[in-house]
Amino acid sequence: MPNFKAKVQVSLRPSVLDPAGEAAKSAAIKLGVKGISKVRIGKAIDIEIEAPNKQDAIEQVEILSDRLLSNPVIENWSLQLDSAYSSNHD
Amino acid sequence: MTIGIVVFPGSNCDRDVHWATQGCLGMSTRFLWHESTDLNGLEAVVLPGGFSYGDYLRCGAIARFAPVLSSLLEFVNKGGKVLGICNGFQILTELGLLPGALTRNQELHFICDTVPLLISSQRTQWFKNYNQSKNIFLPIAHGEGRYQCSESILKKLQDEDSIALKYKNNPNGSINDIAAITNKSGNVLGMMPHPERAADKDIGGIDGIKILQALLSN
Repeated sequence: MPNFKAKVQVSLRPSVLDPAGEAAKSAAIKLGVKGISKVRIGKAIDIEIEAPNKQDAIEQVEILSDRLLSNPVIENWSLQLDSAYSSNHD
Repeated sequence: MTIGIVVFPGSNCDRDVHWATQGCLGMSTRFLWHESTDLNGLEAVVLPGGFSYGDYLRCGAIARFAPVLSSLLEFVNKGGKVLGICNGFQILTELGLLPGALTRNQELHFICDTVPLLISSQRTQWFKNYNQSKNIFLPIAHGEGRYQCSESILKKLQDEDSIALKYKNNPNGSINDIAAITNKSGNVLGMMPHPERAADKDIGGIDGIKILQALLSN
């Protein structure tokens, strides 16, 4: 069965205050980096999944993203799935 | 009847609750390991404060899938009482038993303090025995206690009279100063303040006692 690599990006919804992003923004200004108007901090989750085909892999990772990796009340997520790569498993 | 306290890997207020309910108030109490599913003989279940599963991913996100919590859903549907304190409140929102979510405190600091609170609803048994509109003082200790929800959920909470406690001097940026909410039927209470740390007169206030007493009907 082919393996797929997925990257799920979880970020706070735009309406939710991101205090860590605000703190990083003020540190960026102190560092002397110019032009920063917004910093939002999220997380990236790398997943390797075995599935019969790409569509099936996407469906599984979507379930994971909706039910475990993000909280829909406060977060959004996006998903990028790489094409099948050869499995190293024997 | 007996109270159950769920112990997750990373719970650190489980013994405090046990001390308050059994040690101070003489209520029969037993611990429930997160992998057990047997809630027989319990009148109420407490989800204690702490850092269940290390707070990995998000507070309460992984605890939500603990075997004990699938039994808890059934328990709640049958009218069983559930009190979620701090991390327990976070778990109740992740589980969907209470709406909204708890996020990082507005000022990013972990806050450890004793704060004044207003009892904003006496609709449920938990707060029936308090004087309405009277301030009580309870300890808080959290980094992610900022209650957030959509405007429509907030309106629903207000319409259902489900906002139980409000901060007098909002310490974390919670919407509408919310410190505790109940579900519509009133058998589930989630709160960021720690009533179990205000149940022993020798170590401070006793303003949390009546909330804990409400775990048992008699």
